[in-house]
Amino acid sequence: MAQKFLSGNEAFAEGIRLARPQVISAYPITPQTIVVERLSEMVEEGSLKAEFIHVESEHSALSCAMGASSVGARAFTATSSQGLLYMAECLTYASGGRFPIVMMNANRSTALPWNIYGDQRDSISLLDSGWIQAYAVDAQEALDLALMSYHIAENSLVSTPYMANLDGFVLTHTYEVVDVPTQEQADAFLPKFKTENKLDLDNPRNLGFSAGPAHNIAFKYKEHIGLLNAKQVIHQVEQKFAEIFGRKYTGLTENYQTEDADYILITLGSIAGIVKETVDKLRENGEKVGLLRIRYLRPFPNEEIALAVKNARAIAVLEKDISFGNEGTVYTNVNSSLQKSGNTLPCSNYIGGLGGKNISAVEIENIFDELKKEEVKIEFIGIGGGEE
Amino acid sequence: MSINARTLNEDELFYGHKACAGCGGSLAVRIALKVLGERSIAVLPAGCMSAVGFNFPQLCFGNNAIISTFAGTASMLTGIEAGLRAQGITDFQAVGFAGDGGTADIGLQALSGAIDRNDNILYICYDNEAYMNTGIQKSSLTPFGARTTTTPAGKNIHGNIRPKKNMFEIVAAHDIPYAATASIGYMNDFINKVEKASRIFGTKYIHVIAPCPTGWGINTDETVEVAKEVVDCGLWYLAEYENGQFTLNHQPKEFTSVSDYLKRQGRFKHLSDEDIQTIITSRDAKWEAIHKNFKVVN
Repeated sequence: MAQKFLSGNEAFAEGIRLARPQVISAYPITPQTIVVERLSEMVEEGSLKAEFIHVESEHSALSCAMGASSVGARAFTATSSQGLLYMAECLTYASGGRFPIVMMNANRSTALPWNIYGDQRDSISLLDSGWIQAYAVDAQEALDLALMSYHIAENSLVSTPYMANLDGFVLTHTYEVVDVPTQEQADAFLPKFKTENKLDLDNPRNLGFSAGPAHNIAFKYKEHIGLLNAKQVIHQVEQKFAEIFGRKYTGLTENYQTEDADYILITLGSIAGIVKETVDKLRENGEKVGLLRIRYLRPFPNEEIALAVKNARAIAVLEKDISFGNEGTVYTNVNSSLQKSGNTLPCSNYIGGLGGKNISAVEIENIFDELKKEEVKIEFIGIGGGEE
Repeated sequence: MSINARTLNEDELFYGHKACAGCGGSLAVRIALKVLGERSIAVLPAGCMSAVGFNFPQLCFGNNAIISTFAGTASMLTGIEAGLRAQGITDFQAVGFAGDGGTADIGLQALSGAIDRNDNILYICYDNEAYMNTGIQKSSLTPFGARTTTTPAGKNIHGNIRPKKNMFEIVAAHDIPYAATASIGYMNDFINKVEKASRIFGTKYIHVIAPCPTGWGINTDETVEVAKEVVDCGLWYLAEYENGQFTLNHQPKEFTSVSDYLKRQGRFKHLSDEDIQTIITSRDAKWEAIHKNFKVVN
């Protein structure tokens, strides 16, 4: 294992190199660009043996990755924002086809107005497309997700594509010291891609077919089960990861100081780093606060959330997303977990960071302050509530 | 070794589908797969051939086959070719069968990308001159004057007002290794072109006219005859593009009647003498350009 000073994009590219994808098809878009530049350099210098396909659009990027995956090749692509939306048709296609492609998405605002900076409306708007959705907190986790992603996606019980999300600029372009495993370690961790779900020259198959009303729902049910199976597989893969690399991950969520917390802030992505510091500061003042970081938005951590907030007095969801005309989508999902577990504690929604606007430590402290009122609020940070 | 109707493989790879009686597109696919053989991997986008061939659990391709997204025929072919090559497998043929809409409209960008990269794939456009699977709507390969459900023929507008997009020369302008036009009315020529394309490295494109009795308003036993007549009357031509050179493969001694060709089809019944004259004038201009720019062998 070597230590390197890498940005989130570069760390992810290192993780992908170690995962030995056989076909990479990608189209550049800010702030994803560096990951595909690095991968093309790796292919050029020979440290990564992959077919690098210069596609002419994001739609073709994912369509090409599906073609590669349909013949049993490990495929990678990366995109962001408008690019993700442009390939949206292929997202449901890949998940319905059960092609375990890995895609990195650099979370970025969606037009209009045009904006290249980070928020999570791009990936969250496609939450229902049948992909596993992971959100990294830092460059180390980005690299580790890249390596773990194929192990999870390609498991025959899962067979589902995997989207690893990195906050645009804040994570994709920020440098940290990152532990980069050796290829030997990576090979010991990640098995070769083997699947029955492929076109096979010795045993011809028809894939990507139509299924009418009589059969369609059965296929969709199996797809749903595949995503649910990912919960268990994520745990298994993280356990194996810890054995080989020594770094421990905690499944669909990361709970920080939640055990005795009265007030818990739930969030996802890189902002969790500042929330953690805020929790430390408030804890020093004797305040019983905690953080629940959602690592996986799909499959959704219903049980994990219900358990972590069981004894809290009030919680809030902080997200860089808004489902216009309603509320933040993560908030909707969290409320569903609470309702199913019979927990009626007050749960508020704070929407911030849209178009890359900074969320400050002071603003996070303010959220914890507001939580003490034990009310339910839906608020745009710095603007106010969306009154009906 | 050239294949012809006598030596063609008797095995059927596209069999048991539910295409309409007299379907030109299914004939093109069936014959092309006989030439290419069982180690071909077919990619078909949304369209007639995928709609008639892939209804779970009745899947009718004897070779490997997959439906792509509507726009993604070429890009999925690219991925299949690259994915197998990355595993050291090269003895196969990745072949796409897309209709005129899937090729000249929604799939043109991906096709252009594949040709630009010179991916080792064969792309066959079966051209029935409209969106037939959705019920006969105009595509950019619908010819001038044709009535479709989105270009109705009335008093004010006589069907489609634009000429057919020149896909063959658009593809050739990429300096593709091999491109050809064909018609299921000249089956030996089509067979030879598919066979020839399968032996060339890089991107290959074959544009085959494949009438649709339902959309064209002809009898189901007239498909092949009409596909021959469109070549004989000069509204279509059999040609190749290779090594930067256009070659005309077939020069009709004398054109048969354009009017007879049009009037036998329901989609052209409404055309006025003036409309027909416009079509003849446009045909003559095209042939003048062919004689100027193409090598003519006969």
